[in-house]
Amino acid sequence: MANKFHAIEFRDVSLAFGDRVVLDRVSFAVRYGESKIVMGGSGTGKSTILRLTLGLIKPDSGAILIDGEDITFYTEEQMMKVRHKIGMVFQEGALFDSLSVYDNVAYRLREQKAPESEIEPVVMRMLRFVDLEDAVDKMPNELSGGMRRRVGIARALVGSPKIILYDEPTAGLDPITARTICELALKLRDLEEVSSIFVTHRLQDIEVLASEYVVRDDFGNLIFEHEGDKLCLINTKFIMLKDGNVIFSGSDEEMRGSGNPYIRKFLDNER
Amino acid sequence: MNLIIRGIIQVQEITLLIWRVLRGIFRPPLYLREIIRQMDVLGFGSLTIILLTGFFTGAVLALNTGNTLQKFGVQSVSGQLVATSLIRELGPVLTCLMLAGRVGSGIAAELGSMLVSEQIDAMRALGSDPIKKLVTPRIVALVTMAPALTVICDMVGTLGGLLAAISFQGQASSVYMSSAKVAVTYNEILGGLIKPTVFGFVIAIIGCYKGLSTTGGTVGVGRSTTQSVVVSSILIIAVDFVLSKLILSLLLGP
Repeated sequence: MANKFHAIEFRDVSLAFGDRVVLDRVSFAVRYGESKIVMGGSGTGKSTILRLTLGLIKPDSGAILIDGEDITFYTEEQMMKVRHKIGMVFQEGALFDSLSVYDNVAYRLREQKAPESEIEPVVMRMLRFVDLEDAVDKMPNELSGGMRRRVGIARALVGSPKIILYDEPTAGLDPITARTICELALKLRDLEEVSSIFVTHRLQDIEVLASEYVVRDDFGNLIFEHEGDKLCLINTKFIMLKDGNVIFSGSDEEMRGSGNPYIRKFLDNER
Repeated sequence: MNLIIRGIIQVQEITLLIWRVLRGIFRPPLYLREIIRQMDVLGFGSLTIILLTGFFTGAVLALNTGNTLQKFGVQSVSGQLVATSLIRELGPVLTCLMLAGRVGSGIAAELGSMLVSEQIDAMRALGSDPIKKLVTPRIVALVTMAPALTVICDMVGTLGGLLAAISFQGQASSVYMSSAKVAVTYNEILGGLIKPTVFGFVIAIIGCYKGLSTTGGTVGVGRSTTQSVVVSSILIIAVDFVLSKLILSLLLGP
């Protein structure tokens, strides 16, 4: 079965809210260790794909598979188990306002009734990963936009999920902070072998995600390298949505070479 | 027609929400800590306004009825009048209207803004059920705290009536108190506790429903908040009529 190689698979998924068709027979698959970058204008159903993957909403028809498991008709209780495998980074972070950074990151483990002695090292490790150890006692409203997203990433990483969904994690951020977020995504892709769907419409993100990779040298330092002319990253693929349909699927080189007028307009306008 | 269909859909959704709350109420996790926190925030936090409401309602009741009672020469029953009015009607209704304004709106606003900022989705994504984590604790808190606050409202109301009767009508406190005691029977109290229990449930479920069905961003949160106060206030008054009839025929005799 082909789906053994797929962390996430959509088969002919359709969804409409009332008269508005959001997704129309959308099919794609994310292989293990692959990052699938989903692009498209506003309201083209990018975020809807993530919400469907998490089972927060159900499709009208078609099937969704996570890890080869058909989750289309799963109940909320069954979904809870599937969601342990998935981490989601929400658009604005979606941190719980009433909880401190520490409690936000610890949320999933607290829900699983883990003892406090186990929670603390995990929380601190995750905060160190996103470089926010100092903010541990702050409340979400004391954080900047970029810090909120990073805490959101730390929270999504608790439990070491093998699938991460990013919902426009760089929207509205300055280029430097946006790059930091992308670097985190690279680290997860290249060092932790996380499969992911990365929703974005920023070309700068695409640039970084499609042409850079990270390796660890002999001393444990992280080095970000550019693929250059000789290498070609095969673990990052793109899909472009328009009016609920996938109008492009492939690598960044193929996308840049595409003659589709919508893609051309998209790539030119963003620049 | 559209309005009727929308109404029916809302009733259906509220019923579904109630069903989901009841189905999960005894299944772990129970979130006891959250329930106690909500009892503190929603219940104890409302104590001041309930004290003030109760006190002045009782006082004004004694003040307004004093002259009329005097005309009939039965000023001595003013204690009973105040206490009966409070226990049967004004205590439960006013307490819960105040709660609808302070607490129901707060619930709708809080859950509504959590919804539009995707915190509810985040909660589900992180493996907890928002119904159990957010809705159930608020319902339990209000169903238990509304009767407790009503009792307090009844007490300070009677006290307010006493002060008004003593200071403005020259009544002896012993006359007022012994007359008030007549009103305090077990059935009266039971009837007076059934009402706020039901009202508390109404406030919580409407607040949660309106909050969780928010659409349209921050403007939607404002709309949900207003609607939750309006709907729960009207429901309280309407349900009060039905309950009064039931309590009168079942508990208090013809």
